[in-house]
Order: sequence, then C-alpha cells, then structure tokens
Amino acid sequence: MKAGVVVFPGSNCDHDAYYAVTQNVGAQAALLWHQESQIPSDIDAIILPGGFSYGDYLRCGAIAKFSPIIGAVKKFADAGGLVMGFCNGFQILTESGLLPGALIRNNNLKFRCHQVGLRVETTNTPFTNAAEKGQILTIPIAHGEGCYTAEPHVLDQLEAEDRVVFRYVQNPNGSLRDIAGICNASRNVLGMMPHPERATDPLMGSTDGLVVFRSLLSALVAK
Amino acid sequence: MSTITPEVVAAHSLTPDEYQKVLSLLGREPSLTELGIFSVMWSEHCSYKSSKVHLKKLPTRSQLVLLGPGENAGIIDIGQGYGIAFKIESHNHPSFIEPFQGAATGVGGILRDIFTMGARPIAVLDSIRFGPLDDPQTGPRNRRILEGVVSGIAHYGNCFGVPTVGGECVFHKSYDGNPLVNVFALGVIPKDKIFFGRAEGIGNPVIYVGAKTGRDGIHGATMASDEFTEESKQKRPNVQMGDPFLEKLLLEACLEAMYTGAVVGIQDMGAAGLTCSTCEMGSRAGTGVEIDLQYVPQRETGMSPYEIMLSESQERMLLVAEKGREQEIFDVFNKWGLDSATVGFVTDDGMLRVRDHGVLIAEINNRDLADEAPIYDRPHTKPHRNVPMEAPAFASTDLKADLITLLSSGDLCSKKWIYEQYDYMVRTNTLAGPGGDAAIVRVKETGTSVAISLDGNGRYCYLDPREGAKLVVAEACRNVSTVGALPVAATNNLNFGNPQRPEIMAQLVEAIEGMADACLHFETPITGGNVSLYNETLGEGILPTPVIGIVGLLPTQAPVPSRFQNEGRTVMLLGGIGSSDEVHFGGTQYAHVLLKQMWGLPPALDMDLEKNVHAAIRDIVAAGLVESAHDLSDGGFAVALAEASFDGIGATISLPSSALRPELLLFHEGPSRILVSTTSPEEVSKLADKHGVPAVAIGTTVKGQVVIEGHLSATVEELHQPWATALESALHA
Amino acid sequence: MKAFVYVTLKKTVLDAQGKTVTQALRGMGHAAIADVRQGKYFELTLAEGTDAEAARKEVDQIAAEVLSNPVIEDYRIEFGE
Repeated sequence: MKAGVVVFPGSNCDHDAYYAVTQNVGAQAALLWHQESQIPSDIDAIILPGGFSYGDYLRCGAIAKFSPIIGAVKKFADAGGLVMGFCNGFQILTESGLLPGALIRNNNLKFRCHQVGLRVETTNTPFTNAAEKGQILTIPIAHGEGCYTAEPHVLDQLEAEDRVVFRYVQNPNGSLRDIAGICNASRNVLGMMPHPERATDPLMGSTDGLVVFRSLLSALVAK
Repeated sequence: MSTITPEVVAAHSLTPDEYQKVLSLLGREPSLTELGIFSVMWSEHCSYKSSKVHLKKLPTRSQLVLLGPGENAGIIDIGQGYGIAFKIESHNHPSFIEPFQGAATGVGGILRDIFTMGARPIAVLDSIRFGPLDDPQTGPRNRRILEGVVSGIAHYGNCFGVPTVGGECVFHKSYDGNPLVNVFALGVIPKDKIFFGRAEGIGNPVIYVGAKTGRDGIHGATMASDEFTEESKQKRPNVQMGDPFLEKLLLEACLEAMYTGAVVGIQDMGAAGLTCSTCEMGSRAGTGVEIDLQYVPQRETGMSPYEIMLSESQERMLLVAEKGREQEIFDVFNKWGLDSATVGFVTDDGMLRVRDHGVLIAEINNRDLADEAPIYDRPHTKPHRNVPMEAPAFASTDLKADLITLLSSGDLCSKKWIYEQYDYMVRTNTLAGPGGDAAIVRVKETGTSVAISLDGNGRYCYLDPREGAKLVVAEACRNVSTVGALPVAATNNLNFGNPQRPEIMAQLVEAIEGMADACLHFETPITGGNVSLYNETLGEGILPTPVIGIVGLLPTQAPVPSRFQNEGRTVMLLGGIGSSDEVHFGGTQYAHVLLKQMWGLPPALDMDLEKNVHAAIRDIVAAGLVESAHDLSDGGFAVALAEASFDGIGATISLPSSALRPELLLFHEGPSRILVSTTSPEEVSKLADKHGVPAVAIGTTVKGQVVIEGHLSATVEELHQPWATALESALHA
Repeated sequence: MKAFVYVTLKKTVLDAQGKTVTQALRGMGHAAIADVRQGKYFELTLAEGTDAEAARKEVDQIAAEVLSNPVIEDYRIEFGE
C-alpha cells in the first residue's frame, strides 16, 4: 500500500501521518504538495492530515478546499479511491463537500488535547473492517473546532445509512449525537476528528489507531 | 537647529552619559533614526549592559557543547551526527500589556531563534508566573492575564505545530502587576548544517524574507527595559501581533532555503527588528552591511526610515546569500507564498549604512552598536530582604487538612486545565508530556531522547539568592535524573527587578554566582539564555526569579511513571527522610500557603549528596528496578506521596523515628530525595549504597489509601479531587 | 465602491462564543441584553471602474462560496463607499 499524504501550507501532522504509515504500519507513503492537480498513479489511498491549513483563517479548511489537489482528490474518491481526513483533514472534507456537515468551535471554546475513548459504530467501512463493532479505541484528540454539526435530517440519514463510524464515549466538544467520525454514502471517504496516526506506537501511549490502517490494508488487498 | 534635545535623548531611554558616548563614537550628532538605532541596541534587553560582567561567571563549556552563548541559541552534541539547539526567553512586559499577543509572540520569537540556526523545533516548555487568582483586588485581573497568556501560548504553538510538553505555573503576590512568561524551545539539527547569524562574503546580497514590515512594536525593546508605570498601559500599540501560520511557512521555507546551500548566514528579526539583525550579523562577521529601505516589503504606507528600522513586526528573517544564487532563495520563498527581496549587500568597511531611495539615513560602525554598548558594574550591597530570620510560632491541628489545603493551592494543584489547551503530542515524539517531573521527547533522527525540566523558586531566592539559585539548578537536574536522563546542559532566564537599586543588583549577582557554582558542580554548562530586568510595578519588585532549563539525554524507552503502578510494592525514599529545622522551613509551600509567611532560609543543599542521588536514581532506572519514581520538591514528602498515588494506588507509610516535629517531617523541602516503588528493595539499596546514598524502605503500596502512620490517613479520592479541580474553580470563582 | 459582508452562524447552530459573551454581559449587570450572536465582517474594496451590477453578482458568489459555509452560516451584503 502506498498512501499519499497531502501537504497544505500550515499542515503540521503531515510528517506524523507519513511516519506512522512508513514506520508503524509498514507500508509506503509519499507527500503530495497541494498545488499538484493529479494524484500519482501509484497512490492507493489519500490522507488529508491534521494541522492548521492556511492558519485556519476564515474557517478551518475553507481555503484549503480551493487548492488544486482537492479537485484531484474528488476525482480519486469518485473513482472509488480511499480517502481519509484526520482533524483538519476532516474539516477540509466537510468544507469541500466530500462529507456532509461542518465542524465548529468546541462548546467550551477551548482547544482540547487529550486521549479519548472512541466507540467503533460500524465495521462496514474500509477503515474499520478489522475492528469490532462496539470496540472502544483510545485515540487522542487535539483541536479547537471539532464540534460536529449538521441538520437533523442529515444526522438521521447518517445514522440510517450506518455512516457514523466513530462516536465519543465522553463527548469532549459538543458534537451532535457524539459523532467523532463519519463516512460518505459510497463508504470510501472517512473523516474523523481524533488522530489515529498518533496512536500507532506503544511509546506514544496507545496503538489503537493501527486498526484504521490495518483495515485499510485489508480493504486494498480485497480490491 | 538640532532636533536631538535632552528630552529626545531621555525619551529614548539613554542617559546623558550614554548620549555622550554616542557623540564621541560618531564624532558628530546623530540623526533621529541613528539615535533610535543606538537606543534599541544599547537597551538592557539587547545589550545586557547591567548583567554582562556577571554573566561571564557562568560555565559555558563542556565536551558536548557545540555552540555556547552569543548566537541565537546554544547547541549540544547528542551523537550520531545530530545536535539539539535550545534556549529560553522572556516576554514578561508584553504579556502584561496584552497577555494573549504578548505570550504568543514570545513563543514565536524563541521558535525563530531555534530555526534560524537550522534546527527544526520539536518541543516548547513554559515557565509562567502570575499574581494570586483569589486576591480580592487583583484576582480578576490576574485570572484574565493567566487565561490570555495560556491561550496565546496555545494559539501560537498549536498552529505552528510544535508540542508544548511541560513547564511550570506559579503564583505570588509580587507578580501581581508583572507576570513572568518565560518560553523555552528546543530543536534538532544536523551537526554539519548549523547556520550562523553572520554577514560573510563581501558583495553578497542581504535578503529580507517573511512578513511585511508594519508599525508594530516600535520601541518594544526599550519598553521591555523600563519599569512599569500607569502610563505603560498607554503603550499598548507597542505590542506586536503574531501570525503562527506565517511562522510555520517561514520555518519550512527557511529550512528548505538552507538546504539549497545558497544561504551564507541568517538571523531572525526579533527585538529591534531590522536594526539588530543588520548590525549584529555584520559585527559577528567583521563586515559591514548596507541596505536601502525602499526595497523592504512594507505593510503600511508612509513609514519613515525610523519606523522601518525600529519596527518589531513578527515572522521576519534577514539572510545573506551567495552572490548569484539569489534566485534559488526567491524560488523557495515563492513556493511558500512568502515575500523575499534583496535589500542590500555585505561591505568590507564594518559600517551599518542605511539608505532610503539612495539617500543616506544612517551610518554607524556595526561594532559600536553591537559591542560598544556601555557596560555597567552596578553597585551591589546586601540582597534585599524584608522578612525575619526566626520562625513564628505555629502548630498544626490537622495534618490531613493541611495536606489537602496544600494540594489545592495554586502552585501545587493540577495544571491540567492549562496543558490540555496545548497540543503536547504533535510530531509524535512526546514520551512524557506535561504533569510529570520532566518532559521527555524522542529524537527520531538518532533513536535517543531528551528530557527537559524548567524550574524556578522566587521564595527560596528571596531568602538567599545564592543558595536559592543552587537549589533551583539542583531540582531541575533531579527532575531530569528521576526520569533516567543525564543532565548535560542548561539555559537560564534571569527575572529580576531594577538593577539600579544596589540591593536588587545584589540579588542578581548572588543568584548568578550560585547558579554558576551549581552548574559547574552538576556539569550543566549554560549555553545561552536571557536576562529580564526592571520587573517592578509601581516600585514593588518581583521576587528574584532565576529560571533554569535543564536538558538531559537518555535512551528512547517507555518512561518511568511518577505514580505508583501496583499494590504490594515496597515504597522507598532515596536520599532518606532528610533534615531540616524551623529556620530552613520559612521558604516552603507550607509556610507560604498555610502560615502565609516567609522567614529564615531556604532548605539546606549538600551538592555532593545531591549529585550522588542523581547518579543513583539514573542507575536504578537504567537497571529497571523501579515501577515509579517521583522527586520530592514543593510541599515535601507528604505532597510527593499524594501525587504518586493519583492513579489510585496509594501507600501505607511508617516513617522512621525522627526528631523532626510533624509539620517539618511531612512538609519540609529538603532536597536530594526521590520517592520510588519497587519489587526489588534489596537491589535498589545495593545500587544506592554504591553511590553512598541512603535508601530507606518506608512502607508498602495499597489500593486507594494514603496513610502516614501516626500522622494522617486519607483516601486517594479525598486528596485527588481537590488537587484536580482547584485551578478551574479558582479561575471561575 | 466597497462591499461589506456580514457572516453569522445560522440560528439553528450553537454559537458558543456568542453565548459566552451573553453570559459575561449578564454577569456584568447588563440585564437588558437578551442574546448575543457573534459573526465575521469582511470589507471588500472593488477595483475602480468595476461595473456595479457585475460586482453585486461577483460579491454574492464570493460570500456564498468562500466567505461563508452554507451548512452553518448565513450572510448579508451591503454596498457603500
């Protein structure tokens, strides 16, 4: 597997994702500059990393969505390619319309960085097929604007279609219905606020994030 | 007609004598721009004119020191072709005037100091001090300052993408109108790619990169050297605004530009902006620098040469490139969307020459600015102190209640409310984050790790600046050793009052001398740092507060926790129960929090024993003999024991019979002690013996209880709950 | 000509900042303040000689697609000198 990690100006978890994939997952990775308008043909999956693309000015992810590479990512996703956005990457995915809803200021108005318990709500995705439904993962969050919000009918639809992938055990930011991660209708685009790439090494306190990458690997093998 | 009246000279914070020196160096009257340039370069902040003669006493060398004081940051060799660059800096005055931006730009400034060397920042720690949150008059303002400072640090560090992995947060009345914000940063650098702030190579282009210049913080550097008065609140426009996003781009662009090989020298524009970077780069290289201000990217229109030269706009760098390779530099900065422009060139005459559209505006010898600043050996008498030597009468009626009061006091309570606002994990190197004895970050490049501890203690240093400074160094080294690291180097931030008062100057001199002794003894040379003077408001000085940052080296491994992990383990006190008396109890947290008094002397330190304890705990940790290790410091034994129990496993303790009265036995702050839990007490004793250090078995870990026989008994929850919630309750009072 | 764009969170979206300001004002004794909504303000200066009608369309498009996120925000535009 070769993952393409997109680098926007202000991305700061790009190297963490690259490191996790290459050192802890044992797969390959490449950094993709945001000005590229094509995804190289050897890329099997795309990661939109965390950070503060364009300083999170205007709105988180609002300027990044106009980067040339986002058009390429949309095409990649439309063709069934696997796309994951963590933290700022999730914000970019909602801003660019690849995922529904939006992420707004945490309800306590503070940036929050700590481990959270994350319940796997569905294993019917290429990102959770190696997990067990109801399994609790320990994965850190680090965000100031991670409160997931959407119209009630959108939330109902997400639930009806089994597209809520992760829920917080203890809601840290006011996200509606405790939603921490969702996928698109075709189930090949995942967005989540927690950072699985930070939980892939026992020295970092948890390896629970590995299950996301292992699922990805087995989904790609099955493809 | 002369525009330089005595009033104009005074407004630039130059004394008549200093102005005479300007006149004789120039051989003529300066222009207003030249006066401004002299005033910032000769300010306390840039010239260290009051402290320089004493700073020379600090040890600065060892086999590991690649670069000592004088450059933007010191560098230590960590092996395998890599070094670490680190330094601490203060942003005290700006943080009082505008807490959020003051703290944010403090972080930004120290980060630039690190990456201007070619190092990628991997850790930030902060030592912050405020007035009490519960003071009926000043409490609301102190709470506002704290919230602003914390969100400023979080805003800048989180967006930039450097983890804020630790630090300290302390409260005292003397910081009421003068908070301390000291920021430490550390980066990793390949040994063969160290960059210096030197304008080498006659004819080489001088290139300006980064943010455009605006009217931010003009005269910030002189402001930081003035006592605070009511009018200083009017100085608000002087405070600079930070843009962490731009700084992140600047980091990436600078490292990439350095990688091209076209960069000859580079320096950030910090205090005194363009002025400081041009004349220092020239002075260090023995060259001159000529620039024309028309080429400086400007954010505002109609800026005068004076304003452009003295602006402290953030996120700017000055670099000298190899002639003919400018385009390589421009390409990199264009890629990152940043301004870059050739503003001048390196000359052979040693002069700083500033033109505006070709017209000569200023012409001063670089060395006169950078090296000829007046140096003062200011008179110093006996250190100021206004407290008795003898202890007041006191007697505890309830030691358990005392312990709970201590655990919920400002200095000792949990700082989780603060550090959860910091991204302390980004870059995935944080092995031990905030809340432990020392922070540990791994260095992916070498497969080894670095431990860092920041420490200060204003009360100890007030009672005895010399011994207090030694204790501060000892504690920071103990913290680093407790997690298994070998302390190898230090950086210091000297926060003091007005040096023109002999009794304050004496505090500074004695603290520096004490720090020098201790750093020599513990083999932690000081590779750089910062002096912040005039920390006084309305004539009231702060407690003398030297802050030390100690850096230690260790293998990359799962860290030893500071808390008990399992029931049924032997609890041991490495270094023994220690000794104290009432005179040496007057600087403790017990005296401060429960008796609300200060007297006597700080705890007595035996530096030989202390160093042996460090060696012993390192050996013990390396041998894998302990499940937990936590050093004793503020609040003494009982507080350390409570903290060690906060994962739910407490202990039943039976202290050996002692002549000490119970308050002293439980709460004295004698140094050189570490609390460990182990399954192998004999082996721990054996290793401790080897170093001549006592290791006393004092009890056993148990679930959910903290019992010190004959003195107190509590559930872990009774102790944990007030500790965990105190800060947030105080902030939302 | 200038365009002034005001962006606010939709009434249905929790405005945590506005709520906090409301509470703070109440705490200060400003009982007359029933609610505060916080938003963003943009000032767009149009190039000289821009056709007014074309500018209106363009600014509306910018407000809808860039300056606001229709999922959570509403906007309002004013024109002036």
